[in-house]
Amino acid sequence: MTALLIRDLRLAVRAGGGFGLGLAFFLLVAVLVPLGVGPEGGTLGKIAPGILWVGALLSCLLSLDRIFALDFEDGSLDLLATSPLPMEGAVAVKALAHWLVTGLPLTLAAPVLGVLLYLPASGYGWLVVSLLIGTPALSVIGAFGAALTVGVKRGGLLLSLLVLPLYVPTLIFGAEVVKRGAAGMEIATPLALLAAITAGAAALLPFASAAAIRVNLR
Amino acid sequence: MEMRVSDLAVQRGGIVVLEGLSFTLPPGRALVLRGPNGVGKTTLLRTLAGLQPAVAGEVSIPAESLAYASHADGLKATLTVAENLAFWAAVYGTGLVEDALAGMNLRELRNRWAASLSAGQKRRLGLARLLVSGRPIWVLDEPTVSLDAASVALFAAVVRAHLAAGGSALLATHIDLGLDEAEVLDLTPFRATSRAARQDAGFQEAFL
Repeated sequence: MTALLIRDLRLAVRAGGGFGLGLAFFLLVAVLVPLGVGPEGGTLGKIAPGILWVGALLSCLLSLDRIFALDFEDGSLDLLATSPLPMEGAVAVKALAHWLVTGLPLTLAAPVLGVLLYLPASGYGWLVVSLLIGTPALSVIGAFGAALTVGVKRGGLLLSLLVLPLYVPTLIFGAEVVKRGAAGMEIATPLALLAAITAGAAALLPFASAAAIRVNLR
Repeated sequence: MEMRVSDLAVQRGGIVVLEGLSFTLPPGRALVLRGPNGVGKTTLLRTLAGLQPAVAGEVSIPAESLAYASHADGLKATLTVAENLAFWAAVYGTGLVEDALAGMNLRELRNRWAASLSAGQKRRLGLARLLVSGRPIWVLDEPTVSLDAASVALFAAVVRAHLAAGGSALLATHIDLGLDEAEVLDLTPFRATSRAARQDAGFQEAFL
């Protein structure tokens, strides 16, 4: 398991691995939105939580198809399936590796980009907390979508269509936490629901993903 | 560590391609599968490796004893030769990287990127994975593709050493490896003919 995690991280940071792709996209969104909306602090501050969460979600989506497609193309998915690693564990580890190279850097970069969007000072803590709790769900759900479309040629479009609706609850509750946090309101309910989605997805979806991969490898 | 197959039928794309296949592979023996393209060699090997279910019949393989090598080598281009092997050694829980590098004559290439290897060198690295797996039963799909004569001889020697150590090997290949102890199994007589089998498979496929 550790070996698979290290291999995936190593592949991600080496040439053509896709590390930084999501981060660069997130940066672009956060830089371009103020230019498009205009420099009025009040408006920007109001939409900042939503923009940051949508940006994080779309950057996660960018690299999803790489989770299994590359391993499928070069045959290592077949070999992993016949190796002593349980497929459920392999899927969970690959989702974790995806989160470490996309979700975690996004979470760490978000406060800096929040400045560009005039996010109210009280929102920064909740922005980091909500992304930290919510982005693992994006990776796990995305891994499930990637597992469903693994054998499909140019499956990226199908993958996006499958995964986007599943991302909606995370987006709503994540942005709600930041919005309420920035306004100084009670955040316990959306935060609990956000955490519940992540916990549920992480507990159940690796099994579904492993089953989907087994069917797709036939 | 004996592989036993009885009355096996396998399917590809919802069509039964082989049926009524029975053989035993005891330790120390190699079995070479022959047959024209499309007869179902790869499908049979994938079924035995557990990647797809059998349509009928029984396969008995001791748990945790099989190592499968497909057409594709499963190499990562941005990892070095040694890193590629070390990953599989960790997955199989063995520390046999050095032995495997020596066995497939890859020592001098150990720090090269897999991307910069020639096709034959990649194949040798793919086969070295079998050595790090430490598994007794090898199931190999066209192992000698893109190997030169010297590498084929090297590979034959590796297989022979594996057999001598009590392992066994099931190979689908068109080349004569010069393995005297290998039996040859021609799959042509096992081609699926019964109409019922085909229709049944198609029927089930419709509900998948």
